[in-house]
Amino acid sequence: MSEDLIARLSQDLRPLPRFMVARRLLVGAILGLLVSAALVAAIVGVRPDIGQAVGKTMFWGKLVYALALAAMALWACERLARPAGDARGRIGWLFAPVLALAAAAGWQFAHAPAAARAPMLMGHSASVCPWLILAFSLPPLGGLVWAVRGLAPTRLRLAGLMVGLAAGGAGAAAYALHCDEMAAPFLVVWYTLGVAAAGVVGWSLGPRVLRW
Amino acid sequence: MLRSLAGDAAAYRRLLAGLRERLDVYFRQRLRSDPAQAEDLVQETLMAVHAKRATFDTNQLVTAWTYAIARYKLIDHMRRSGRRRFTPIDEEHDLAAEDESAAADARLDLTRGLTGLSAHARDLVVSVKLRGEPIADVARRTGASEGAVKVTVHRGFMKLAARLRGRGDGK
Repeated sequence: MSEDLIARLSQDLRPLPRFMVARRLLVGAILGLLVSAALVAAIVGVRPDIGQAVGKTMFWGKLVYALALAAMALWACERLARPAGDARGRIGWLFAPVLALAAAAGWQFAHAPAAARAPMLMGHSASVCPWLILAFSLPPLGGLVWAVRGLAPTRLRLAGLMVGLAAGGAGAAAYALHCDEMAAPFLVVWYTLGVAAAGVVGWSLGPRVLRW
Repeated sequence: MLRSLAGDAAAYRRLLAGLRERLDVYFRQRLRSDPAQAEDLVQETLMAVHAKRATFDTNQLVTAWTYAIARYKLIDHMRRSGRRRFTPIDEEHDLAAEDESAAADARLDLTRGLTGLSAHARDLVVSVKLRGEPIADVARRTGASEGAVKVTVHRGFMKLAARLRGRGDGK
């Protein structure tokens, strides 16, 4: 009877588009990101000074940081969505954006007068920032769960963690349209915390939601 | 596998038939008490191989990829039937190594791995590591110094090991 099955399966053989894994992940991530950006605009609003902000380095720095985290985690997902895919080398790259921003934050911190340091770290939104990032990472989380469970992850916790971190990065990028904090020390602590929280959510949901 | 992915149905049929044999052994060995269930899982795994063939990475080994799917299906089955005698899914564990068909797989994988080496390095690795010839003999036969033979064998062996670990591109 498995002869029949083999015959049936080989008749059903259609050539597949290349880069199927990457494509599916990108579709899930980008759709989720667009939904998040729309929700940011609708619920908390785009920052009113967006016109001037686009001229500032830190506005772009924030976006680049968030998107870099998302990209690195997605790159790891590209391996973890495959049976026996080994993502060890790729997961390590997640630390690159964090270390780069931490270096920038350290530099800013060291060159600031003592009185300016606490506001640099705490801004005016530290108590809500990670929570909002976590909330806005839910749409990309949904998109990526859809993408990954349609592939074939075999290490569901680890895949869940990377899916969560990628969603967190996308959520942080969407939230950056609202957030007007401009200090690197603030970012490296609170943005990273929000993204990590999304990672924890993915890690804990992975075994349940990524099954196929 | 590569030709199958490009749409060569005959190659694909041969591939599936070969995998079927391995999966038969794999599941029958793990579900000795329940051959019917083992057969179901073989079929389920073959269907998954088919449905998920886009997730095969051309740098991977077909056997490693297939066994990962088989292990996933087995654990899934264990979970559903409420028994957990097997290793959790997250544990990195080379199941192929404890398999009756391991020798055959090892040969297949080894052949594939060895094709990644130069003819010279391949000859030395096969002589020293597989046939167990003394380094001195190999050095005399090939006219190279013992040190050079050792270095070539070591490098070739490392490359082979990296490949067999399923990290064809080093990452």
